[in-house]
Amino acid sequence: MSTGSMNEIWVYLSAQPLLWLALTLAVYLLAMALHRSSGGHPAVNPVLLSVSLLVALLLVTDTPYQRYFDGAQFVHFLLGPATVALAIPLHGQLKRLLAMSGPLLIALVVGSLTAGLSAYAIGALLGASGPTVASLAPKSVTTPIAMGIAERLGGLASLTAVFVILTGIFGAVFAAGLLKRIGVKDDASIGFAMGLASHGIGTARAFQINEQTGAFAALAMGLNGLLTAIALPWLLPLLAPLLR
Amino acid sequence: MIAALALLLTFQLAGEALRVALHLPVPGPVIGMALLLLWLIIRGGPSVPLKDTSTTLLQNLSLMFIPAGTGVMLHVGRLADEVWPIAIALVASTLLGLIATGMTLHLLTRGRRQGESS
Repeated sequence: MSTGSMNEIWVYLSAQPLLWLALTLAVYLLAMALHRSSGGHPAVNPVLLSVSLLVALLLVTDTPYQRYFDGAQFVHFLLGPATVALAIPLHGQLKRLLAMSGPLLIALVVGSLTAGLSAYAIGALLGASGPTVASLAPKSVTTPIAMGIAERLGGLASLTAVFVILTGIFGAVFAAGLLKRIGVKDDASIGFAMGLASHGIGTARAFQINEQTGAFAALAMGLNGLLTAIALPWLLPLLAPLLR
Repeated sequence: MIAALALLLTFQLAGEALRVALHLPVPGPVIGMALLLLWLIIRGGPSVPLKDTSTTLLQNLSLMFIPAGTGVMLHVGRLADEVWPIAIALVASTLLGLIATGMTLHLLTRGRRQGESS
């Protein structure tokens, strides 16, 4: 096959949603195979690997993100039904969740305020710009809630999405190891901390550990989204003058 | 599987409708999750196809973050300009959030377990 006709095929396919949808799935399967062959090591994170590979591929082929997303949006769409499906493991752990409801609520408030306010305060003290700091504050919350909160605080929704993803990957890679090192070894506490601090990506990682850890992560993700959406917009204006 | 997907989408749709109608600050799918949980409590549990479909979706939750994650490439400029404040704030606050949550829950539930046994 001549280079000319290869080029023609590429030009045609790279403009189609099909190519980028197929590549997203292929890259994910490759990343999962690597994850498994590493014995499930948290540093070999499937999201981190896949995103790195795809960004490299898009930059090399000079493909705009929007064209990539035209294909990948079909995968992105599944986040909705998958979020609804979190009700099933929650139901499976319902007795344990209800029996622990007091400690869970206290841990929720402590963790949620620590994650949100410390991101804002550290960013502001280190001299990050206003929109960056406002986009940092909701970074532990699941993407759609975080974007809404950031806009109300004067941040940038798309930048927040990036911080949310980076936070999620960081939490997924380091959370379980860190928590075990400081003596937090029970499934419930590990899962709840992962879901609270690193939302859906942490929850995805928690489900790789086991279903109980995943259920607590899913619960923390939902509750933290709710609490942060209500608390941050009125707490941050109180904190902001102290940091100037 | 299709019936299970239809059920999940129906609850998502109901969540979305409720969010718009009541101006709730939480996204539709999260409200849909709460509604489905209520429904499962009333019904006494999920059907086998619903459980299987959900397990498949949740085992591949990582896949669904890839399209949004790849959007990182749009913000390389700002990330480079403010790399240290951003990196330190993200890493430190995530570690603090993890430790605060995990430690609080661990200590509270351990105390209660000891309380029950004594």
